Amino acid sequence: MRKVIEYLKPQFAWMCFGISIKFVGTIMDLVIPWILAHLLDVVVPTEDHGAIFLWGGAMLLSAVLALVTNIIANRIASLVARDTVRSLRHDLFSKICLLSCHQTDEFTIPSLESRMTSDTYNIHQMLNMMQRMGVRAPILLLGGIGITLMMEPVLTLTLIGTLPLLALVVWWVSKKGIPLYTKLQQSIDRMVRTVRENITGIRVIKALSKTEYEKKRFDDANQNVVACEKKAGITMALTNPAMNLLLNIGLTLVILVGAYRVNAGVTQPGTIIAFLTYFTIILNALMAITRIFVMYSKGSASAQRICAVLDAPVDLKVIEKEPLKEVLKETETTDNRLFYGVQEQEKPPHICFYHVNFSYYKKKENVSDIHFAIRRGETLGIIGATGSGKSTIIRLLMRLYDVDCGGVYIDGKDVRAMEPDELHRKFGVVFQNDILFADTIYENIAFGRDISKEEAARAARCAQAGEFIDALSDGLDHMLTAKGTNLSGGQKQRVLLARALAGKPEIIVLDDSSSALDYKTDSLLRQAIREEYHGVTTVIIAQRVSSIRHADHILVLEAGQEIGYGTHEELIRTCEVYRQISHSQMGGGQDA
Amino acid sequence: MRSPGMGMHSQRVQEKPKDRKKVLLRLGKYLLEHKWLVLLALILTTASNFLALVGPALAGKAVDAIGTQAGGVDFPTVFRYCFFMLVFYAASSFMAYLLSIVMIHFSQKIVYQMRKDIFHKLAELPVRFFDGHAIGDIISRISYDVDTVNASLSNDLLQICTSAITVVGSLTMMIFISPVLVLVFAVTVPASIFLTKYMTGKVRPLFRKRSGKLGELNGYVEEILTGHRTTKAYHREEVMTNRFEERNQDAAKAYYEADYYGSMVGPSVNFINNLSLVFVSVFGALLYLAGGISLGNLSSFVLYSRKFSGPINEMANILSELQSACAAAERVFRLIDEEPEPADSLGAKELCDVRGDVEMRHVVFGYDPDKIILHGLNLSAPKGKLIAIVGPTGAGKTTIVNLLMRFYDPKSGEILVDQNEIRSVTRSSLRRSFAMVLQDTWLFHGTIFENLTYGSKETSLEEVVRAARAANIHDYIMSLPNQYDTVLDENGMNISQGQKQLLTIARAMLLHANMLILDEATSNVDTRTEQQIQAAMQDLMQGKTCFVIAHRLSTIQNADEILVVMGGEIIERGTHEQLLLQNGKYAELYRSQFH
Repeated sequence: MRKVIEYLKPQFAWMCFGISIKFVGTIMDLVIPWILAHLLDVVVPTEDHGAIFLWGGAMLLSAVLALVTNIIANRIASLVARDTVRSLRHDLFSKICLLSCHQTDEFTIPSLESRMTSDTYNIHQMLNMMQRMGVRAPILLLGGIGITLMMEPVLTLTLIGTLPLLALVVWWVSKKGIPLYTKLQQSIDRMVRTVRENITGIRVIKALSKTEYEKKRFDDANQNVVACEKKAGITMALTNPAMNLLLNIGLTLVILVGAYRVNAGVTQPGTIIAFLTYFTIILNALMAITRIFVMYSKGSASAQRICAVLDAPVDLKVIEKEPLKEVLKETETTDNRLFYGVQEQEKPPHICFYHVNFSYYKKKENVSDIHFAIRRGETLGIIGATGSGKSTIIRLLMRLYDVDCGGVYIDGKDVRAMEPDELHRKFGVVFQNDILFADTIYENIAFGRDISKEEAARAARCAQAGEFIDALSDGLDHMLTAKGTNLSGGQKQRVLLARALAGKPEIIVLDDSSSALDYKTDSLLRQAIREEYHGVTTVIIAQRVSSIRHADHILVLEAGQEIGYGTHEELIRTCEVYRQISHSQMGGGQDA
Repeated sequence: MRSPGMGMHSQRVQEKPKDRKKVLLRLGKYLLEHKWLVLLALILTTASNFLALVGPALAGKAVDAIGTQAGGVDFPTVFRYCFFMLVFYAASSFMAYLLSIVMIHFSQKIVYQMRKDIFHKLAELPVRFFDGHAIGDIISRISYDVDTVNASLSNDLLQICTSAITVVGSLTMMIFISPVLVLVFAVTVPASIFLTKYMTGKVRPLFRKRSGKLGELNGYVEEILTGHRTTKAYHREEVMTNRFEERNQDAAKAYYEADYYGSMVGPSVNFINNLSLVFVSVFGALLYLAGGISLGNLSSFVLYSRKFSGPINEMANILSELQSACAAAERVFRLIDEEPEPADSLGAKELCDVRGDVEMRHVVFGYDPDKIILHGLNLSAPKGKLIAIVGPTGAGKTTIVNLLMRFYDPKSGEILVDQNEIRSVTRSSLRRSFAMVLQDTWLFHGTIFENLTYGSKETSLEEVVRAARAANIHDYIMSLPNQYDTVLDENGMNISQGQKQLLTIARAMLLHANMLILDEATSNVDTRTEQQIQAAMQDLMQGKTCFVIAHRLSTIQNADEILVVMGGEIIERGTHEQLLLQNGKYAELYRSQFH
């Protein structure tokens, strides 16, 4: 909650202004009945027509003032709520973008999504309500207590005596309530997840006729939300009647104490009657405060969820790491065979993995002792069984995750010591299952980078996407649907490839990105990359030997271990696994 | 939301005459489902309010009993009334709490039903719908919009009812006291009605816009979150945040605009009420001076008029809140009203004991009616044959699958399974007769066991393990912390794409369907693993009619018939050897893999 208040700070002046205006409006609302009483009790009996109109005019004026001030105050309240939530949402989104992949895995996407939407919405409502009702109620409460104190301090103190009990109720309910609302939001996360899964898996669900089952699954989630909301609601609903009861008990006490005091001759029964009138005002004010308080509990649970994201530590910080050169100096030379040639030229390798170990869950190593180096302009092919850690290697290269030990170096510099912008500018990448957005093809290629239409078109041509884009009536301006569902699998991959190529990258990373391309397109693509992107280092993960056999180096992985490293010819000679793979695909052809 | 199709869609809806009554009526239907609860709630409110009113009366009695003299207090009476007060207040509070509970149950029932209706609708919608709608927007409807409806509906309904009672009551009293003065309300009440009407008319489209913008924002968030890794890879966090900010501003603006006018309603109606108060007091005073009313009656008239205007004020506020509920409900209903997959044709029969003869005759189809992809496709796949479909991307290979599964229906021509036109059999029986492995693997949040047995009936762990072994994924599963009970989280993160495909292959193995569709089923599986599961795949395909789409031509060399599809037409067909001899497109494709 403290964090949310910080977001309110810039709006503080506005808020004060709004509150003071609301104050005027509230006073006006109170003045009108006072004038009315005055008019009927004092003025009318004098039978002075002029005075009647005068006081009538005063009432009218107050009414107009109340109208104007209340509208203005409400608008200012909306304004403050709008701007606060907008900047909160902005920061939340920007923070979510900056979360590391590891953190996103932990929060999970549906949860982040509902924090982004339903939680910020709860805060919006809370801010709006609190500003509108938060002025009137305390004024009435304090005013009421003040007047009664002046009238009869002892009786007032009797009433005030119940306040600690009230505080206890509030404390207890909020202690119970906030976790319940947190739980409610979690159940909403679960419901959102089920809906998402159903939308993404619609084909499979329909194909397997599991619609009924999914309805049941959703029903569970739905019931869960309902149960959580009921529980939270019923707990919070306790405050109102409980406060009502406590105050009324206080009132009864006031009468009893009053009776003794009247009996002792210290007070007048008339005072008790007046007391009862003001008591109603105090009661109503407290009721309003209860409503605010319920809002607050709900908002506070949401604020906690939002702050959990905002306060998430910055993962993958840029840290001081010694360059490769220093690392190599410290270790024995026998290990450094890989880097010898490089050192003579005084130029570090373009990409270097130095004894890298990594594990996603910090239990079993997903890759271990990965150790290789490639020079600028070379091509690295990575091949290996399903689940052998191929994609993990490129995630480490791009620093989507941090290595557990060893180091990843680009131009001799540890990736952990590079500014994210400097690092990521170097890459053009296509992931498996990469995503296209509901935007034009051009925007999908440019992806918010400074890339002209001509460059995008060139990249598209090179990615073998030129042909199909040209066939579209609006070419690069063609709109894609969300996730590019209006393209075929192969077309999607070509647009993604164009995206990777368009940014003039130093390093192109293709994670099995040509799997939806037929062989011919695939080879045309590789040829185009060779010709048009000369001097660019390429990392290709592939299933087909044909996609990587011309690579300068091929890394063969099995169960996270490097079991072969070399050229196609070398590996055919030395690596049994590679030979098997190649044999199965090429029909044994050595140089077909 | 920014796709052209959807833009058109939302525009069309905007132009439609907005039938507010219909929305309200449909909302009313949800309420009426639980009319007994509503009635109970009404009784409770009345009772609780009544009990609360008795309290002050009792307090008055107690004060009377205190008397005015010091030392003359009638303590027993005071004690008695105080005791009654406590009892009544306790009863009232208890009723109030009971009422809250009833209302919570009531509103949750409605919300539950609405969400259920939406989801059931989603389950019935054709695949086409999901290909064209942003997930985030759909989620926004099922969460934000339903909540909005709930928030206003459950509270407001009760308010309106109790207000109505008060209004009628005090109006009667006022007419009773002074019919002349009531004439004042003949001016102010229509004024507030007119004002409310005018304002709601103005606010309504704004609330609609607010819901829509929030949906758009949600759609964008969903999209970017799904593409989180890509955004990170290109370090485009800032650009994405800036783009988000545009939508954020739009949403905030729409929210404010609705508030801007919405917040006028309350004070304005309040003003009109104050105005009537001014009139009543001034005219009343004049009337008193003219001898038309006694002072005592005038003050009670004023009291009643205040009682009268309070609820009217409330009601105006509620009406403006109802606008936001209506706008949200409209979005919910619009989704519920989406055209579902056309019902199975009348007398559609269950397709059972499928042999697996599939035939396509002169099939014409295009996703966009103006852009035909398949121009009169003919294809025949007798029982147990392996049909491979190859061809360049975008040639319509996956389209054939979409048609076979009836995710889409052809524009003309017919598709037959066992001589049954597929539109004459039930969708579910048709789909059940296929097992399908797609390139886009789909796993859900559940254990591996649940994921593997998804779609099959009563499968024992033994069978599941056998399938997993055959699909070469058993060892991997055993390496997981809870083995087959390991829960796969969102999109099966950190399970590699290939492993996901192996899981879906194992799932297909457990289905025992007579026809099989493999659409790039092993595209992300390395070839060695593929070879290792080859035997299992052969086993899986044994005796089944199979449709295999693959780029890796090695996997389909033993197909009974290979169809080379290009531009929506079959340009070559035959066995591997025949096609190589033909030396056409297929031969070219085949040779290109050895470059």
